[in-house]
Amino acid sequence: MKPSLLTSQPSRRGSHRQADSGLGGEGGGGAASAAESVFRSPTAAFWIVIHGVCCVISVFLGFRFSRVVFVLLFSPSSTTTISSVFTSVPALHAAVTNTTTTTTQMRALVLASSPPPPPEAEQNSMKSRVVVGRHGIRIRPWTHPDSEETMRAHWIIERVQREQRLQHGVRSPRPLIVVTPTYARTFQTLHLTGLLHSLLLVPFPLTWLVVEAASSRSNDTAAFLARSGLHFLHVPFPHPMPEDSRYWRTTESRMRLHALRVVRDRGMDGIVVFADDSNVHSMELFDEAQRVKWMGAISMRILTHITGLSTSRGEDHKSPVPIQGPACNSSGHLVGWHTYNPLPNTGATFIGAGKTVLPAKMEWAGFMLNSRLLWREAKEKPDWVRDLDEVGKKGEDIDSPLCLLEDASFVEPLGNCGRKVLLWWLRAEARYDSNFPTGWTLEPVLEATAAANHSARIDASPELPSNSKLMAGNQDSRNNNIST
Amino acid sequence: MARFLLPAGIEWLNPTKQITSIARSRSPIPGLRAPTTPCPFPPSAQRNLPFSPCKDCSFLRSRRPSLCKRRSEGVMAGGFRVLPLLILCSLFQGILGEEHQPNRPTERISGSAGDVLEDDPVGRLKVFVYELPSKYNKKILQKDPRCLNHMFAAEIYMHRFLLSSAVRTSNPEEADWFYTPVYTTCDLTPNGLPLPFKSPRMMRSAIELISTTWPYWNRTEGADHFFITPHDFGACFHYQEEKAIERGILHLLKRATLVQTFGQRNHVCLKDGSIVIPPYAPPQKMQAHLIPPDTPRSIFVYFRGLFYDVGNDPEGGYYARGARASVWENFKNNPLFDISTEHPTTYYEDMQRAVFCLCPLGWAPWSPRLVEAVVFGCIPVVIADDIVLPFADAIPWEEIGVFVAEEDVPKLDTILTSIPIEVILRKQRLLANPSMKQAMLFPQPAQSRDAFHQILNGLARKLPHEESVYLKSGQKILNWTAGPKGDLKPW
Repeated sequence: MKPSLLTSQPSRRGSHRQADSGLGGEGGGGAASAAESVFRSPTAAFWIVIHGVCCVISVFLGFRFSRVVFVLLFSPSSTTTISSVFTSVPALHAAVTNTTTTTTQMRALVLASSPPPPPEAEQNSMKSRVVVGRHGIRIRPWTHPDSEETMRAHWIIERVQREQRLQHGVRSPRPLIVVTPTYARTFQTLHLTGLLHSLLLVPFPLTWLVVEAASSRSNDTAAFLARSGLHFLHVPFPHPMPEDSRYWRTTESRMRLHALRVVRDRGMDGIVVFADDSNVHSMELFDEAQRVKWMGAISMRILTHITGLSTSRGEDHKSPVPIQGPACNSSGHLVGWHTYNPLPNTGATFIGAGKTVLPAKMEWAGFMLNSRLLWREAKEKPDWVRDLDEVGKKGEDIDSPLCLLEDASFVEPLGNCGRKVLLWWLRAEARYDSNFPTGWTLEPVLEATAAANHSARIDASPELPSNSKLMAGNQDSRNNNIST
Repeated sequence: MARFLLPAGIEWLNPTKQITSIARSRSPIPGLRAPTTPCPFPPSAQRNLPFSPCKDCSFLRSRRPSLCKRRSEGVMAGGFRVLPLLILCSLFQGILGEEHQPNRPTERISGSAGDVLEDDPVGRLKVFVYELPSKYNKKILQKDPRCLNHMFAAEIYMHRFLLSSAVRTSNPEEADWFYTPVYTTCDLTPNGLPLPFKSPRMMRSAIELISTTWPYWNRTEGADHFFITPHDFGACFHYQEEKAIERGILHLLKRATLVQTFGQRNHVCLKDGSIVIPPYAPPQKMQAHLIPPDTPRSIFVYFRGLFYDVGNDPEGGYYARGARASVWENFKNNPLFDISTEHPTTYYEDMQRAVFCLCPLGWAPWSPRLVEAVVFGCIPVVIADDIVLPFADAIPWEEIGVFVAEEDVPKLDTILTSIPIEVILRKQRLLANPSMKQAMLFPQPAQSRDAFHQILNGLARKLPHEESVYLKSGQKILNWTAGPKGDLKPW
């Protein structure tokens, strides 16, 4: 059905149209005889001659000169079944637009045999406003969009989507508690800004719980959060981030547990979503979070550095980007987990001269839980969850929130049972020897030794393909005054 | 009505001309829309209906008092008189307990004829189906089963529906309407497009058969018979508009009721009293492509189809009266308009992600796009002057779709972005009404309130037949030799 529509109905008409091209062109023509062949009547031959003359004139004039002129001049006495009641000035000097479209105007057939119809015709007459025939293609002089109209259209779209959400979306949205562990480093502001903008788009009430590792530079973060416009809670973590990158993951997990204790102690209500500052979140993740009953898990894609930079593309095809998340059977129940396995042959574990953070088997970011799980006294609190104080005692693996649970089989798989990827896990940091000053304001003299006031934070080497670009960028930035 | 057209050049050089499109509402009283179009169907047709739809005040059932007031009155005069009516209406709404929540997902469709979409035709009329030899229907279908899937398939499905319907009667004496199952649109080219050249002869032959075998045709000369002619220009039986106009409606069908997809006001091929139906669109295929309703609508305007028909009209200006070409030329650079000639596999899904769907005319003013837009909840933007939309007496198309005159196409973006948001949301609510979607479809097997039943409702509304349709003995109105000579050859 569609193809027949799109390959227009009269494609079979081709042959017929050529036969009638002499007459059929302009809606019935003056000679309304049903002559099929052009050679049968002298009137038809006359029209052919006129048509030829008009073609020649058109060649000279440069635009299409319609035979209509002769119809109007000679006022034929015959009528067709269709008649139009408006006259049009045969504008021989019609405005030819800058584009090369034909500019013929409406045909008008003057009825000579019947009295001219009154301007306000009685409604029973068969006068049609719409004329069959060739019409001009109307093009306005400036065919580009008007910016105001575009803005209005976007506003309309946004309003329509809001209405859709009201009707089909969540009826009574629960507030979200977004837990973000962070620490002072070069790209901290960059990552936090990205996460802030993601959170600003979330349509639900939100509290941003930022846990920051101790450092001498905590004012930056506080100032940033104050400017953010979100409802936030800045929780300091008593210990600083260790120098050795092997312990970063553990410290992050401990920071998250610290945040959960804050949630419990303050009795915050809502759904806890773990958003690391360097991850990329899809908005659907926050929609899925509304569907959490006690604890939910989503699929996330791990974007670690794939070794070999840009020259070994062939390798990349063989190792697909790994996904961590719940695994379901055909009836939609959780049966296991897809985990990240950092083995050498997956090509994602090359650790270069710098330091890198590899994801754990199950990352915190892929889980979200109902804050009532953490409360000491909550009605209907399930018994498969452990007490928060018990977790994280010495030697325990707290790499994933499954450590909070006695029984991991009660986790709800979200995002179409883990089929939708809603989160991209990423640890992209600046060059390991990049120094970042307070507030990004650089002193002019830098070649000197690192000032004692700067905390010599050595960041992980990113090992990204754009290594060289990053180096160049950093070198340039050292020579400029950049202030946020 | 005479209109004086300015020379085309002046139109174009004046881009700041005020928008005169029908879509604008200029009423000073909120909720009351000024009458911007005349009554949606030809006034002569109003005589055929048992009520006067454009003067009927159904405000007790409708939520907007604007439906009650005379459309021909000016706004100012109407405004003062309507104020007490508004107060009354709000009182009545309070009394009747009608809901007025802004967050209701759908809205009742109350057309100018009341809530007739939900009428049940069973019991209101009786239809007798003539038993024609299978060369008129079954054999044709056997020869080419593609007829079941193209947009003219309504004639076949209507026959099947009537055969097993409760309105069917085997006693012709008590029948109100007589149906002749002849598939005139089933002679297909290899491309799948119907050729209408044999259709007049086929129809003539069928009528000759029924007039000689049964006495009911001669009793009224066909005035209580109805025929389904879903072809491009209805019973004019030609795909080219000029030829169709020349031929006119087949003379023998002069007194019968035609059920057709073509509808254009003041056109030869639309008879007064015809029932305009939507073209056939495959319901299962559309159901299979539904996406979750909370998928946000992010496309502003959507259209897929031809703009220029290079095969038949290489110069442009003929196809679609230049309107489609105008859409392309004006808006191909506009990011709000997702228009192209591609055939995407996600056509149905994309329509569900769009706010407006363009339904411009092609070689004929109707197209299945309207059905698709209604089913998928996309507001149809109809660009076809004087078009008569399906079931126009039951469905208030003005409130559901946006009508843009062909000459206003260059200002389409301004028109669409200046529609007030409440109007847009209301149109979406009306479209979300399942009875609206159901009325546009021909499901197999038939369900209640679908297009089959709306056709029967339309036929029922034309009852009872006037006494004058019954001819006295010996009276003859039809001229059996009228029409082009080629039609008189036997089929």
